Amino acid sequence: MLKSLNLRAALISITLLFALGGIWELATPKVKSATEMTEYEKLMGGADQEARVPPPSKIIKLAITELSDPFYDNGPNDKGIGIQIGYSLYRVLAGYFLAALIAIPFGFLIGMSPLAYKALDPFIQVLRPISPLAWMPLALFIIRDSQASAIFVIFICSIWPMLINTAFGVAGVRKDWINVARTHELGSLQTAYFVILPAAAPTILTGMRISIGIAWLVIVAAEMLVGGTGIGYYVWNEWNNLDLTSVIFSILVIGVVGMLLDAVFAKVQRAVQYQE
Amino acid sequence: MDEKPFLEIDNLSRRFPSTEGGEPLTVFENLNLDIFKGEFVCILGHSGCGKSTVMNILAGLDKSTSGAVTMDNYEVSGPSLDQGVVFQNYSLLPWLSALKNVTFGVKARHPDWSKKQVLEHSYKYLKLVGLDDGAEKRKPSQLSGGMRQRVSIARAFAIQPKLLLLDEPFGALDALTRGTIQDELIRIWSGSDQTVFMITHDVDEAILLADRILLMTNGPYARIAESVVVDIERPRGRAEIVHDEGYYKIRNHLVTFLARRSKEMAGRLEDGVVVGQPVSVNPAKENLIKKEKTKTTPELVPVAS
Repeated sequence: MLKSLNLRAALISITLLFALGGIWELATPKVKSATEMTEYEKLMGGADQEARVPPPSKIIKLAITELSDPFYDNGPNDKGIGIQIGYSLYRVLAGYFLAALIAIPFGFLIGMSPLAYKALDPFIQVLRPISPLAWMPLALFIIRDSQASAIFVIFICSIWPMLINTAFGVAGVRKDWINVARTHELGSLQTAYFVILPAAAPTILTGMRISIGIAWLVIVAAEMLVGGTGIGYYVWNEWNNLDLTSVIFSILVIGVVGMLLDAVFAKVQRAVQYQE
Repeated sequence: MDEKPFLEIDNLSRRFPSTEGGEPLTVFENLNLDIFKGEFVCILGHSGCGKSTVMNILAGLDKSTSGAVTMDNYEVSGPSLDQGVVFQNYSLLPWLSALKNVTFGVKARHPDWSKKQVLEHSYKYLKLVGLDDGAEKRKPSQLSGGMRQRVSIARAFAIQPKLLLLDEPFGALDALTRGTIQDELIRIWSGSDQTVFMITHDVDEAILLADRILLMTNGPYARIAESVVVDIERPRGRAEIVHDEGYYKIRNHLVTFLARRSKEMAGRLEDGVVVGQPVSVNPAKENLIKKEKTKTTPELVPVAS
């Protein structure tokens, strides 16, 4: 039953994909080929007065050429999609793991000590709703490096969900399990590692998963600002080139990479999940 | 019993501060009790009378307001591996398999042991509770309530504590499973010189398992009114024990206490009355009341509540 359900769902997905793609394709008027154009039309840049969203067939064609050679490098404004994604991933992961390094220990502290919670809560509440991009000017001024500033922006946006979820998970560890640790004479570090960490792991991982999602959202905007390299810069650059086909292609790539990142964390989350 | 008691509770009091700045709530005060090595003691009383508070203090999980608990010549000041606890809700770590839950305890007890030693020791106790046939590899969520409690008992016995504390260990189990695990518990206990202190609501369970049943009056100001001696011969079986001539005398005594006297005797004693060891009673032998240990010779003066 489940198998047939999955099968049916897949069938519907594929049908939808083809139907929507087909409608899109058909809705795009054919552009006359150059040989059919009059001299005037050629001079005006084609038969159409309006620029149009390119049809799926053109995007697929571009995707095939781009993906068949993703790592070429022809100078600052012409790099393969793989290189651009690589830059973005590097920034996201660097900022993200720096944030984890700070957020998880602090989350433990806040979760275990009501005093620390009360003392730090106002800071968290004020800093958390700030759009990460708002930090950008300050980061650029202080760090004086666009690359590092982008990493800082990722750091600052991914720290909050991890911090709050870690604190929440740690504070919510059942008293019974702490008592098990106490009756077995476990020290505070041992208790944190052998009891609190595995008990809070599912909640912590939820925070980490939210964070990686936000980080991937933010990197595109951040790279549009700092420029140079990365998938966000690529999108903006192709927009400036008026190459909408490449813009749509990179949008799809951003979606797929984001999905893969989420899938990795979902897998880790399942691994630490437990049933009471 | 002339030897020195293994566990001494001296003038123990526990008061909880009241929430609105009024009188603090006194759960019990001036509690005195001796438990001897290898004894199986059950404590019986209504919900909320403070049994669990006594147990938590013995476990070191709660602190007394005044008084002291001495175990094996050392004062109990916090939780330790000398006091093994089996909680009503099993308190197994759900992310660990049954086996890992037991090795968790063994490793804490013997940090210097090799992996093999830890495993062998753990399996020895899992076998005692009949959980060595593959079920030990499962997580607690995949085990039935009875099996979970077996794991919990195996974990507690495996660390070989000086004092084993059982907080209504069978309260959440169905009657059939409860019977089986009671039998297992008594079998494991018989093969050891383990001192056990157990909380229960179940009169029959108490008679089946205990050497001595402590009867606690209703709180606040609860006290241990009597210490009922159960000298029915061991090994006891649930089928045979009901035919013992003392059984129903003891049972009636306990039921009467729970139904009536626990309430009648409740309340605070008059000032100046010092309570010593609880009065020892043996209902099976025509209520021969004698005082076992005369630290002080108190008169129990119940104050009508």
